[in-house]
Amino acid sequence: MKNIRIIPRLDIKGFKVVKPVQTEALRVVGDPKEMALRYYQEGADELIYLDIVASLYQRNLDFDLLKSVTENIFIPITVGGGIRSIYDINNVLRSGADKIAINTYAVKRPDFISEAVKEFGSQCIVLYVEAKKRADGSYEVYTDGGREKTGLEVIGWIKKAIKLGVGEILITSIDKDGTKGGYDLNLLKKISGFSPVPVIAHGGAGSLGSLKEAIIEAKADALSVSSIFHYRNFSIAEVKEFLAGNNIKVRII
Amino acid sequence: MIHKIKIVIIDYGVGNLYSLVRAFKFFGIEAVVTEEVKVLKQADGIVLPGVGSFAAGMRGLEMRGLIEKVKEMAGENKPMLGICLGAQIMLTEGHEFGIFKGLDIISGRVVLFPVLKDKEKVPQVGWNTISPSKENSWDGTILDSFTENDQVYFVHSYILEPESKKNILALTTYGGHTFCSVIKKGNIYGCQFHPEKSGRVGLKIIENFINLVKQEPC
Repeated sequence: MKNIRIIPRLDIKGFKVVKPVQTEALRVVGDPKEMALRYYQEGADELIYLDIVASLYQRNLDFDLLKSVTENIFIPITVGGGIRSIYDINNVLRSGADKIAINTYAVKRPDFISEAVKEFGSQCIVLYVEAKKRADGSYEVYTDGGREKTGLEVIGWIKKAIKLGVGEILITSIDKDGTKGGYDLNLLKKISGFSPVPVIAHGGAGSLGSLKEAIIEAKADALSVSSIFHYRNFSIAEVKEFLAGNNIKVRII
Repeated sequence: MIHKIKIVIIDYGVGNLYSLVRAFKFFGIEAVVTEEVKVLKQADGIVLPGVGSFAAGMRGLEMRGLIEKVKEMAGENKPMLGICLGAQIMLTEGHEFGIFKGLDIISGRVVLFPVLKDKEKVPQVGWNTISPSKENSWDGTILDSFTENDQVYFVHSYILEPESKKNILALTTYGGHTFCSVIKKGNIYGCQFHPEKSGRVGLKIIENFINLVKQEPC
């Protein structure tokens, strides 16, 4: 078995890290530079950094802030928020990102995925999907930080994006995000059941058992975690020790 | 006067060089990023980074007229660190979307991962350990003071296959398949993984490389 990656996620609004609950009810939780450095030093395997309002306001994320956050961090960082062009991607990479997460603009113009992949390679382009459960049990893709419905069905959309070349899938369950009630295992299983590229699960990380379930039952390749780290319910080391104790391979530093 | 070493990172149009620049800066070294032969010439140590396809990498070097100079400097045993695609193109040929000629600094080829155990996904994305080969000790190399528990960050679908085991410095196993993760020939090194994204452990490689450059007579 390969190593499972544990990836703290920073949702950025303005100059602060915030934590949405089911995309609404934002709470400010800290300073991005301090938090990123702390997670890096505590053994995060990667970081995710998402400007959650850039798309909504149709502006770019703050490159100077990103530069200051990435300066002393030597693990891969995936960055997203308001990416709309190859030029934007270049700017984000120059500000210290290693991978780019795209949601809203990929939905608006799917060919942008293949253009970005051609320019930067699959390993650089992460499809970010915000999923909300419909009454019939299927899932719908949302954009603009979970605010806009698209009418797209999640599984079909992910299949299409994989064909267009994305290298990883970051899937957020809007229903679970910020609830600490466990990942949406049903959603994750549907995706990991066919995806040839790594699936990073987000939304709902709560008890240690809920993390284990997402890996063992739902076959996630990586776990994105925010609330329980931000609010110090568990440290990264505690999570990894627990998983290692359950025969799940993790990187211990 | 203390000689200030000059580390040159070759920008041949493939991939993201900024984390590498930051990694050298962490040790107080302002690495020079260049695509020009005249700057490359002055290097005490050369970094060949890169992500992307083998053919795109070689084309990028060729377009900038860099191939001969890089080969010449490798021939002089100038300290060189290839990373990911930069390590792959050090070999003779790459089998990615066809067969393409590499720099041939070290004999060997670059091939796709075979079908893996447990349906492990290709590319390998994530952290993995490296272990010593039988042929080479890590003492005095860029892996000096490494242990077998140390993990480094990989993102790749293709693997290094040097012809001679003498050129294997480290091995890694993924999906049941053991492959060469670091190649070496004199002062020339190539890592399949990304030291600049491998935390404290990866920074140690950058530091060891800087020390290697410092030890060389200028």
